[in-house]
Amino acid sequence: MKIAVCVKEVPDATAHKRIDAATKRLDRSGEGALNAFDANAVEEALRLKDATGEGEVVVVSMGPERALNSLRKALAMGADRAVLISDEGAAGSDLVATSRTLAKALEREQPDLVLFGQQSSDSDGAVLWAAVAERLRRPVISQVAELTLEEGSLTGKRQTEFGYDVIRAPLPAVVAVADSINEPRYPSLKGIMGAKSKPQETVSLADLGVDPGDAGEAGSRTEVLALSEPPPRGETRKIEDDGSAAEQIVAFLAEKRLLS
Amino acid sequence: MSILIFLEHHANELQKGSLAVLSKAASLGAGEVAGVVVGSGVEGLASQAAAFGAATVYVADDPKLEAPLPQPRVDAIAQLVADKGFETVLFAQSILAADIASGLAARLDAGLNWQLTDLSAVGGELVGKQSALGDSVLVDVGWRSTPRLGLFRSGAFDPVEQPAAGTVERFEPQLQEHSLAAEMVEQAHAEESGPSIEDADVIVAGGRGLGEPEKFALVEDLAKALGGAVAATRAVVDAGWYPYSAQVGQTGKSVAPTLYVACGISGAIQHKVGMQGSKTIVAINKDPNAPIFEFADLGVVGDLHQIVPRLTELVRARKA
Amino acid sequence: MSRGVRPADYPPPFAPSDALAAPTDPVDARIEVGVLIVGAGPAGLACAIRLGQLLEQSPETAERLGDVPVAVVEKGKTPGSHLLSGAVVNPRALRRLLGGTLTVNDVPTYGEVHGEAVYLLTKGTSVRIPPPPTMRNHGNWIVSVSQLGRFLAERAEGGGAAILPETDAQKLLVADGRVHGIRTGDKGLGRDGKPLPNYEPGSDIVAKLTVLAEGTQGHLTGVAIDRFGLQGEQPQIWALGVKEVWKVPRPLRHIVHTMGWPLRKRARYGEFGGSFIYPMGDDMVSLGFVAGLEYRDVEFSVHDVLQEFKTHRLVRKILRDGERIAWGAKTITEGGYHALPKRFHAPGLLLAGESAGLVNVPTLKGIHYAIESGILAAESAFRALQRGESPGRVGALEPYDESLRSSYVFKDLYEVRNMRQAFDKGFFVGGALASAMTVTKGKLPPFELRSESNAERTLIRAGRAKSYPKPDGKLTFDKLSSVFLSGNRTRDDQPSHIRIQRHVARDLADAWVHMCPAQVYEVGADDGDGLVQVEVNASNCVQCGAITAKGGRLTPPEGGSGPEYTLT
Repeated sequence: MKIAVCVKEVPDATAHKRIDAATKRLDRSGEGALNAFDANAVEEALRLKDATGEGEVVVVSMGPERALNSLRKALAMGADRAVLISDEGAAGSDLVATSRTLAKALEREQPDLVLFGQQSSDSDGAVLWAAVAERLRRPVISQVAELTLEEGSLTGKRQTEFGYDVIRAPLPAVVAVADSINEPRYPSLKGIMGAKSKPQETVSLADLGVDPGDAGEAGSRTEVLALSEPPPRGETRKIEDDGSAAEQIVAFLAEKRLLS
Repeated sequence: MSILIFLEHHANELQKGSLAVLSKAASLGAGEVAGVVVGSGVEGLASQAAAFGAATVYVADDPKLEAPLPQPRVDAIAQLVADKGFETVLFAQSILAADIASGLAARLDAGLNWQLTDLSAVGGELVGKQSALGDSVLVDVGWRSTPRLGLFRSGAFDPVEQPAAGTVERFEPQLQEHSLAAEMVEQAHAEESGPSIEDADVIVAGGRGLGEPEKFALVEDLAKALGGAVAATRAVVDAGWYPYSAQVGQTGKSVAPTLYVACGISGAIQHKVGMQGSKTIVAINKDPNAPIFEFADLGVVGDLHQIVPRLTELVRARKA
Repeated sequence: MSRGVRPADYPPPFAPSDALAAPTDPVDARIEVGVLIVGAGPAGLACAIRLGQLLEQSPETAERLGDVPVAVVEKGKTPGSHLLSGAVVNPRALRRLLGGTLTVNDVPTYGEVHGEAVYLLTKGTSVRIPPPPTMRNHGNWIVSVSQLGRFLAERAEGGGAAILPETDAQKLLVADGRVHGIRTGDKGLGRDGKPLPNYEPGSDIVAKLTVLAEGTQGHLTGVAIDRFGLQGEQPQIWALGVKEVWKVPRPLRHIVHTMGWPLRKRARYGEFGGSFIYPMGDDMVSLGFVAGLEYRDVEFSVHDVLQEFKTHRLVRKILRDGERIAWGAKTITEGGYHALPKRFHAPGLLLAGESAGLVNVPTLKGIHYAIESGILAAESAFRALQRGESPGRVGALEPYDESLRSSYVFKDLYEVRNMRQAFDKGFFVGGALASAMTVTKGKLPPFELRSESNAERTLIRAGRAKSYPKPDGKLTFDKLSSVFLSGNRTRDDQPSHIRIQRHVARDLADAWVHMCPAQVYEVGADDGDGLVQVEVNASNCVQCGAITAKGGRLTPPEGGSGPEYTLT
């Protein structure tokens, strides 16, 4: 069983995040870290590998060269190797361009299963898996909170707005896991020490056969036009309870149409 | 310019969020607006969309389309876009809609903007407003080509009635092999435990002002009455009053429900960062200087032990 | 009325032996390294860099040290996460480490010091005084030690050292009278100390030689000093520094130190300290307040004194229209020469940097001593290992002490040996004595002043909090929003790492509440017996170490916990 886990480096959670007004992109100059939600996907991949007793877990990412530092966390947890698509020409890719490039890298790997975390903590993105699945022409299940592997297929249980779905799909497939699926392991010290010497490959767009016009800003179909400050929250309406506070809250909620 | 809105349905109802996006699109006056309903035995639902501005409602009605899975819907909508030349396809955020929109982006090489809070037509071009970085910045986003795809944040608008023809037109989507590969094995729609706090539209949260762990029952009752989930501050989770999974804040979960009711919560910044994206915040606290009153929409200075039970009663009565 | 309360009356439930163990992992499960360095600060990283240089010249020695010749464990998220200082650094040791031609541009710095001003403050005035000789900084470099740490870590890694962040050195491994390495802490324990599903037990890291370079309040350094009887002639004492970094519209051109206000002058209060304001390029300033932990007023709070200090006209002017972008706190080892350990080595062990007490308080310097001692430790270790000698043999590491004692580090510390203690006599008497000592290079006064430990100071109530400003969220800030700015991400549901008695005299509980810059302590229920409960919010802790000076004991929390400083 070969599992590819798509992960991403994001600005460290404590970093003061800002969008660069000149490039209109997220300022990624500060410290980076492995997107915390991706650790759940790495953990799930390692558990599946452990359960089947054989196979390979490869982490696949797109980002600047130094993102290898963040990928090393996945290697320290136990992933076998890392592939980083790193190319100036890929900077500023939107969903269309990112999914195309990532799919090319995944086609090269031919995994039985592609895993994603539930979202990226930097852009609140939570859509990439479906686009990648479409490009690979594979079935996709998102938000999976329980994953079971059978002979040639997998079953995922997930929470939706309305309750629980149980969905089965044949392998190869694409799955995005919810952060409730597991508690990611701490890398062991041996894992941390061994991570540096695991195979870490950096590939360019040319290596993947991606046309420069199809990647980065050139290959993107959306654009950022302007940045602005969000409107300030409305003034707080403050009341002292005179015995009718509950009634006043209900009136407020009704006025805001929150009691339908 | 013609706009297509994906109309999601559940339990024989078109979803409020979809209808809100539909009526928003109709109000732009930027061309014809149509809706699409995909499912099994759904033709009857189409008429619900006429009231919110759909000139045409396309219906794909097929037992194979019954399960709410995204990939067959990508096939259906891609086909409509190709046949009818829609320049824009809009979605209201949901687990299903996000997967369809993303799959469609790849299928059509179409730009997708998400987390939209607003949309306007500027000189024949559409410009979306996107809230980013935990609502700390607003971004104007555009599309470089058609079709344009947009996914709106839940609660971005309310549905506004505006009658239109609502002509129903059936179509037969050609489904692709990989789109039919996943199958729904089981659906359990009884909400036994209520929504999780990340998904909940309404959250009622309790803090140390509750006084003792048993008093969380007050919070739970109000949450139940409002159809929401229960959250807790770090202080009370630390004290063992409530499980860690319910903790909202810097080191817990970040939530952005439509309504957040904070009971006995002071509003320290560590809590604030986890819930400041909430659309409406109601705070009940006996300390008039509690920082939460600086960012609540409605601040109530008073004893939550008196106010919350009464509020629960009133909400129940109103919803009954 | 009974005699006042001393923090030492409530000793922490912690014995040094709690953090001592023999190796327990089966031999094949142990992690074996050549030289193990605890702490990725200036001392530890300088040691790693120097070892890398020496081992490169001597492949056969490197060979003998195994697959991992040099490893550095660091409890913070990354090297630099827990580093905080002013800081103006004397480049002397950096040059010896990285090359004699090293310039200010070769290292991440904010340039050289071009001008300096020392002020004596009262509430409404500031009087510029000539800088005392110890405080002349022309030609020194302004740095963020947190950024310097990241830079040195890259160098160390480039030189072949394995850097292991998020790894807390919990126990010192000692058997047969020698140090064998450390045991790292468990990860994934619940609040009750029971394993969570992702529990990862700690490991024994065994080494031919262990270098403790833990910085202020070194956890294992304290254990080693006790175990090997290294305690110096006087007890160690500390100061607490709280600092902020501000983005400012107008550049500050020179470095500023102040003395006096808002500290109170009378000896009875025991308030000793001062402030620093340093430019960080054209658009930032670093400012902080440092006060000795021998203060006595239960309401004394360095964080709030810093807030008060910022309301002075002199400071307001510098910060006008600025924005606070970083905050942090850390103790500083202040005991000086007389509190140095008896020896800086034990079988299999070397002590380096601030955890060994190598700080010069009158000159406000320690970073270059840390680097110098790290270099000397590396050279001594290398010479022993090159000879094929076992560093575990008694006396094998004696040459380290000899090199340290004949270095400028010792000469400097000896010259100012009595200066710090002089301030026990109050600001003016102390100041006069200090001047006399400077002129005579420490020979005057002829008597040696005694110091008691910080925890032995009797607490008083003298209304310190009355003058603290109410936080306005613009110039002055409360503690919680400050902790937030430190990037502290300690997991909430781990066992508390702070050892204190939880049932103490109200004066002590109040003193802890005010002392802690991170709002870790709260006064709980009154037990009706004159004592109160102390509530501990351990996950707020930024590991400054003040509690260890004032009657408790800080131990390392789960690796990766604590602040994530990037600008301090």
